Parts: sequence; C-alpha cells; structure tokens
Amino acid sequence: MAAALTVWRSAVQRLLGAGRSWSPVSRSLSEARTVTLIPGDGIGPEISEAVVKIFDAAEVPIRWEERTVTAIQASSGQWIIPPEATESMNANKIGLKGPLKTPVAAGHPSMNLLLRKTFDLYANVRPCVSIEGYKTPYSGVDLVTIRENTEGEYSGIEHVIVDGVVQSIKLITEDASRRIAEFAFEYARNNQRSTVTAVHKANIM
Amino acid sequence: MRGEANAGIVPPTQPGTDHSPGRIHPTLVISQSGNRSVLIDRAYSQSAITLTRRLDIVQSEPGPPRNFSFALNVVCSRTLATSSLLSSSSQTQFYSPAAERPDGDFKVTMIPGDGVGPELMHVVKEVFKAADVPVQFDEHHVSEVQNMASEEKLDEVLNSMKSNRVAIKGKIYTPMEYKGELSSYEMKLRKKLDLFANVVHVNSLPGYSTRHNNLDLVIIREQTEGEYSSLEYESAQGVIECLKIITREKSRRIAKFAFDYATKKGRSKVTAVHKANIMKLGDGLFLQCCKEMAELYPKIKYESVIIDNCCMQLVSNPYQYDVLVMPNLYGNIIDNLAAGLVGGAGVVPGESFSAEYAVFETGARHPFSQAMGRNIANPTAMLLSSANMLRHLNLEFHSNLISEAVRKVIKLGKVRTQDMGGYSTTSDFLKSVINNLHPSRLC
Repeated sequence: MAAALTVWRSAVQRLLGAGRSWSPVSRSLSEARTVTLIPGDGIGPEISEAVVKIFDAAEVPIRWEERTVTAIQASSGQWIIPPEATESMNANKIGLKGPLKTPVAAGHPSMNLLLRKTFDLYANVRPCVSIEGYKTPYSGVDLVTIRENTEGEYSGIEHVIVDGVVQSIKLITEDASRRIAEFAFEYARNNQRSTVTAVHKANIM
Repeated sequence: MRGEANAGIVPPTQPGTDHSPGRIHPTLVISQSGNRSVLIDRAYSQSAITLTRRLDIVQSEPGPPRNFSFALNVVCSRTLATSSLLSSSSQTQFYSPAAERPDGDFKVTMIPGDGVGPELMHVVKEVFKAADVPVQFDEHHVSEVQNMASEEKLDEVLNSMKSNRVAIKGKIYTPMEYKGELSSYEMKLRKKLDLFANVVHVNSLPGYSTRHNNLDLVIIREQTEGEYSSLEYESAQGVIECLKIITREKSRRIAKFAFDYATKKGRSKVTAVHKANIMKLGDGLFLQCCKEMAELYPKIKYESVIIDNCCMQLVSNPYQYDVLVMPNLYGNIIDNLAAGLVGGAGVVPGESFSAEYAVFETGARHPFSQAMGRNIANPTAMLLSSANMLRHLNLEFHSNLISEAVRKVIKLGKVRTQDMGGYSTTSDFLKSVINNLHPSRLC
C-alpha cells in the first residue's frame, strides 16, 4: 500500500513541478490518473475529504474512485474484500487509504491484514521526519521504517490447544525476508540513505 | 558456645498479599560462653543484628567492659523498634568478637553474569562493606559465552537459591548463533525458578533531567511464556514457525500479581498492553484474564491499550500510565523503552519474583560487553536494585542508607558516568557513594 503511495507521491511531485514551470499542461481527462480512494473508519472520511478538496484547489490531475473495503463473506465462507474494490485497485494500481479499524473481537479478520494479503503488499514504508515549526522532545528526526507486512506475528494462525492454552504461530519465510531486505536496500540506494539497521530478537527466537 | 541465629528470611509466598514482606524466624538467640543469654523477640531480631555490630564498636574502646543497657543508651534508638523491651530483659555482659561475623548475616546468591556484571557486583560488595550491611554473598559464576554454563552449574545455582531464596544477578549473555539449544541459560533459570513476574521501576532521578521528568511508572511483565516459549521448528524448507503460547493460568497469575502490587504500593491504575486485534485468541485470552482480575479490585482503575499505541504514547506522553502489565515480548520492549525515557539501562532497577524466590537485577538487561574492563559502566541501577533487595530482606535502614547515598551523588551532579553525560569512572562513582553514606548518629 505504501509502496504504491511513494510511487504516487513522486508522480504527483512531477506533475506539480510541471505546473509550476508554467509550460502548458493539458488537463484533459485522458491524462488524469485514476486513483482508488479508501476513506476508512473513524476520522478516515473527514481526512479523505480534506485531501480531495485540497487536490481540487491545487488542480491536481487525479481522479478519485471511492471504494469501501468492509469485509464480506464470500460463498466459500472465506472473508474477502468486496470485488468492486479489488477490480478498482487492479486497474489503478495506486490507492490512498484512510485508517481502517480492526475491532478486537469481531467475527472477521483485520481488514488491514486482508488488504495486505489480497494485494500482496509486502513492504510498509513510513518516513518519520520532524516537521518544522512543531516542537517535540526530539528534533531533527529523519528516519524511515520499513516493515515486512505479510507474515511474522501477523500470520493470523492461532489455535486453542486445550481450554486455556492458546498457541499463535509466528511465521518467518526465507522468501519474504529476502524480498523485504532487498526492498530496504533498494529504497536506501534510491533515496540516498547510508545505513540500513535490521531489528530482531534473534537471541530469543 | 557461639550464638545461634536462625534468621532465615522467606520471601512472601503470595506477592502482594502479605504487607510485610519477609517473615523472620521466631527467635534470635545471642548467647556467649558461660553467661546468660539474651532472648530477643522476633520483631526486633533485625534490630538486634544491627545492634550487634554497634556493640562491636562500643566494646572495642579501652576501659571496663560496659554492660548491655549502657550499650543501649549509646546506640541510636533508630535501629531498635523499641529499646524498652531489650533494656528490661537483661543486665548481661555482652561481648561479641568484632572480627567474627555473627550468624545473623543474610545469605544471598550472587550471579555476576557477563559483560560489566562482575564490575557492578564489585561495586555492590564494596558499598555493602562500607555500609556494614549484614549480607553475605554466595557467588556463582555462570556464563554461556565463556562456556561456564552447564547442567551442573545450573543445579548448583538452583540449590543455592533453594536455601537463600534471594539473589542478585547480572545479565547472562545469550549468544545469537544457534548451537543446538533453543532455550537460553537465563530462560532456563527463569523457568526452573518459575520467576513469572518481572517488575521494573521507572523513576526519574532527581538532579538528572531527561526529556521526560518526574516519571513514575511500574512495568510488570510475564516472564515465563509468550513468545519466549523456545518452541520453534522448520516446517518446510525456508519456512520457520515460532510458537507463542498464552495460557489462562499464567495470564491470571500475572494479572493478579499486577493488581496486588498496585494495591500494595497504592497505585491507582493498571493498564494491560496487548495486540488482541491481531492475535485474537492469544492476546485475547490475556486481555480477558486481565479483565476478570480487574473486577476483583474495584478500587483500581483498569484500562487496556494496544502495544503500538502504547509505545507511541510512552514517548510522547508517558505520564498517563501508572502500572503496565503485559506478556513477555512486549514487556521486554517496553522495559527498554521506558528505561530510555529516564536515562538508559544504567539507572533503572528491576526485580523478578516467583512464589518462593526473588531475584534482583537491573531493569533493562544488557551485558554491555563493550565496556568490559574499561571502568565506565554506571552502577546506579545495580545499587538501587541492591537497595530494593535490602528492603525485601527487611533491612530498611541499610536500604535507605544506600539509596539515599546514590540519589545524593546523582543530585549533586559532580560525579557522573559517561552514559549520564559525565566523565567519571565507575570507581569514582563508588568512592563518591561511599563518602555519602553517612552513618550519622552511629560512631
């Protein structure tokens, strides 16, 4: 999801840059890019609306396709996201998503997890940069966290062995680990970063 | 005919329910050759041990041997709960050879561990010597990296613990390479002793300001199950499964411990930290147990928070939390996070409890091997932890003596080790603490 976001961000920057140089930029519908918008829960709809309004005001050539991803049960009994949302994402390849609430004891699995599994969103990139003008205890922070998003503790495999004993399986595979490590180093290279730190608990696990 | 002091200290069987930790064996009999003996009631046996030492000092002066009641007047009444009982019970001549330690010493197992552990233990021993603390250490050198870890050594440590019940411990480093054993030495120790609760006190030290001041948190972590179950296997080529086990019994036990601890220390809120939205069954069970326990303690507020939000809140606004209780891995992460909030691994003490044993150590457990032999480690955490140990052994006076001295040194700010921004060495800090011990009214 966020890998899509970085691509989107650089695309928007290119477009905006073109606008600023005042060369005639055709804003026909054919050139506008379609992006799937998933407002989400809680404050999601409000902040998504704000983004849409700001983009309108900045005349960004982006067309929004709003979809919801509330999990529904397919005929096979498995929980899936609605087919409209899947089609839209597969066509657009880029999406902007608000926060999705995962209720603690609902019948369906986490929707974030479902999204990640459906679209194999294996890398979660979060750039953490101190914002100028907003003072926090730490100043001058500029780091990027890259997180493997499909496995590990979030594999969703749990069993009740006997009453009162629960086992959760944390899955680590060589393929996924290699993939995310490659992504991390590629990202570092593309963004002129000098260090990659791997965080683990290998002395225990 | 040496005196027999049966001062066996038993840590509380049910942590938190007994409001005076450490029951003392009924009678401490001090007798000496040929003369009448002084029978001291159990409640004052602690004071009597301290009294013995002070009398050494009194008797060493030249002149006619003074009698017992005179010694009482000389000695500060602070060490005696009431002086009336003792003065009425005897007019005996009392003599105790100064060089010989009376059997009233407490025996404590000491496991120095790896890295800077031995240096920190040395500091503790020196401070105890200077403060005249009636504790004798029973040292066991165990180390996984130096190949001093084996089944026999583990058994030795366990036997020592069975008789002493209290230990002070450094970190036993766990090597990262897989040598055929999934479970590290420390984990084995915890499982065998059943040290299910790890309590870390995160208190801001006055005089040392960090980004968050006046912090006062307690972090309680379940230490025997969860992600540290050492159950891993390769199910297919390139696919590893690691089992995280959560049981109702252990979750209930740690929740009860947390609420009991909060009640005993007068805390107002207990927050359970979990990730039950993802691990619905596992952490869901933990959460449910915490909720059930919360109902038995109506005076204590209970709330729950998801681990990611908790970490974020801890670094932006840690004052909203009071007591935190959580399963194993989250506890490990939050212990270290909270230690970082108040000054790092060098300043936070911690302890581990089981139904029968108590182990005192630092809060954030790191061997700090790069500082080994360089005399730069910060002994504050270990000294504060040893002060906690003395309080657990009911040696309130000595406990306060040591912790006050350490706090004074930090407040004065002249002697600070490298992690606190200063240039002093461990030995400088040690000297400074000893100078600040001030056994004021005594000798």
